[in-house]
Amino acid sequence: MTTRLHVDWTRCDGHGSCVELLPRLLGVDDFGFPVPHSGERDPVVPRGEEDAARHAVRNCPLMALRMYDAAS
Amino acid sequence: MSTPVATTPALSRRLLGGAGTDRAAHLARYGAPPHLRLDDLLQAVTESGLTGRGGGGFPTATKVRAVAAGSRKPVVVGNAMEGEPLSSKDAVLLTHNPHLVLDGLEVLARAMHAKRAILAVGPEIDAGPVTAAARGRRLDVVPLEGGFIAGQETALVNQLDGGAAMPRDPFTRVTESGVGGRPTLVLNAETLAQVALVARYGAAWFRSAGTGDDPGTSLFTITGSVASPGVVEAERGSVLREVLAPAEPLRPAAVLVGGYHGAWVPVADLDVRLTGAELAPYHATVGAGILHVLDGGTCPLDFAADVVAYLAGESARQCGPCLNGLPRLATDLKRLAVGVRDPDLPSEVRRMSALVTGRGACAHPDGSARFVASTLDVFRGHVSAHLGGWCPSGRQPLRVGRAS
Amino acid sequence: MTHADLVSALWALGRGTGVVALVLFTVSLVLGIVARSGRAVPGLGRFGTSDLHRTAALTGTGLVAAHVGSLLFDPFAQLKVVDLVFPFLAAYRPLWLGLGTIALDLIGVVTVVSLLRHRVGPKVFKGVHWATYALWPTALLHALGSGTDAATVWFRAIAVVCISAVVTAVGWRLAPSYDGRGWTRHARRTA
Repeated sequence: MTTRLHVDWTRCDGHGSCVELLPRLLGVDDFGFPVPHSGERDPVVPRGEEDAARHAVRNCPLMALRMYDAAS
Repeated sequence: MSTPVATTPALSRRLLGGAGTDRAAHLARYGAPPHLRLDDLLQAVTESGLTGRGGGGFPTATKVRAVAAGSRKPVVVGNAMEGEPLSSKDAVLLTHNPHLVLDGLEVLARAMHAKRAILAVGPEIDAGPVTAAARGRRLDVVPLEGGFIAGQETALVNQLDGGAAMPRDPFTRVTESGVGGRPTLVLNAETLAQVALVARYGAAWFRSAGTGDDPGTSLFTITGSVASPGVVEAERGSVLREVLAPAEPLRPAAVLVGGYHGAWVPVADLDVRLTGAELAPYHATVGAGILHVLDGGTCPLDFAADVVAYLAGESARQCGPCLNGLPRLATDLKRLAVGVRDPDLPSEVRRMSALVTGRGACAHPDGSARFVASTLDVFRGHVSAHLGGWCPSGRQPLRVGRAS
Repeated sequence: MTHADLVSALWALGRGTGVVALVLFTVSLVLGIVARSGRAVPGLGRFGTSDLHRTAALTGTGLVAAHVGSLLFDPFAQLKVVDLVFPFLAAYRPLWLGLGTIALDLIGVVTVVSLLRHRVGPKVFKGVHWATYALWPTALLHALGSGTDAATVWFRAIAVVCISAVVTAVGWRLAPSYDGRGWTRHARRTA
């Protein structure tokens, strides 16, 4: 079971709190939107980043983030 | 239940041998539509190996099973939006064989005890014949507004819910919650027609055409530099050259397989089979069966720039990367096409293509990126030439000047 | 401590919490506009800006609870529980107090919806949040009208600073240079 971070692109507005909270996971593209460093669609959230990820999910002003458990 | 083989439709006329709106002629040609229980229908469709004909190529039985497993009565939707400008197979199918499409919709709706059965029709399609064919049937023919992405699965569901043609976050699958919150089965109109055939004649008959991995026939729309553009029916896995032959290609340089979200097959490789495996090196798939022939006299970079400008305009403009990235791609491709001699252009285009891929609610940016990447690969000769100030297709004027 | 001292203390607490709450709501409103623009307060970062926006609002709400609570127990205020929900029924300065009641009701709705935003969804959350633009002036007018310190220099100074801050922020919000994040989302026009 891995935990992944999902961006609801219909809501994301490039606010950028998530990138600040998860700099090891996310970068910023040319337009201000989050880009996973791993290139995956829904990047894996490592154990140590789970708290930060929860903060990001709770605090995204557009509520564009969610964490979920994936089989892989 | 299954009709004797002697009266089953010939290979090239399974779908295109329709009787139009004439119900009696339709029944005479195809036999009565069977009423199947879900188990029997699922078994037949599973064994048939039928995959979606709308572009996704997803195993139909898997989709049906997922929707049928829901706790609420489902909604079955036939997708005849045909948002892709190059495609006309669904238009042709709905004119020449509307009854077969509706038979498929009905057999599924009945077996699944669906709450609603809907055929969504785009504005490019004449809804007259199918509306006539729908009389007396328990289903709704719903005309919707068009656009390139209007037929995208979640965008279609959103419209049927009264909203705009805008995709939804794919995290919630429509098979679990779609129209009205119900499990929703969305199948392309041609896929429905294929289901109607499988229900009548069985899986073995269906598999008598095509290949083991990709059985049956499907419709192909042939456009571009050909003497006789139009829709043909061919076995799955056919050789590309043979599928194109009836349309008589003129001076082909390459074929765009899969439409504006597809990829190029150069003229030297026209003997490739239209299978997943043989198309993979080109990063192409059959998709919804569009085969667009580009002739040697047309600059492919010009063509691509126009296509990407169109695709950028067709974005739902919901998702930042697509809304911003596609116009950037369109601009850069245009610069390449007109001959701006900026050596960074190709790498910048590739970078932007990668940047928009996988970062949207639907596959519009991904498909656009695929088309762009294929263009740069297959026509790398043109790219170098343009950067050097000339065009192999003789495009004029080609601006000769420094990077700007 | 005598009864009179206690009553005095409650009165002071009631007024003090009210003023500080107004200042905090001003801070929250301005920070909300900054956050909405996609920018950050220098040094705070985007997360810090939104976080402070939320913290200021919640602290202000807590202070309003204390404000209302202390005034309920203060015999001079003559506040009844019904005055907390239904405006303009109060014994003391009913009009201005009524505005306070309205502001309190709005705070209640906005706070509850904000805390439940992940459940109600972004559209409902955003719709209700617009009410903060009605909330702030209502609270300000209530303070100016029913606050017994309204005539003092220090309160007037605070009020002027708060009003300037909000007017500036809202002016910026309406200006084209605001250029906030927020790509317009509308379906493509079909031909």
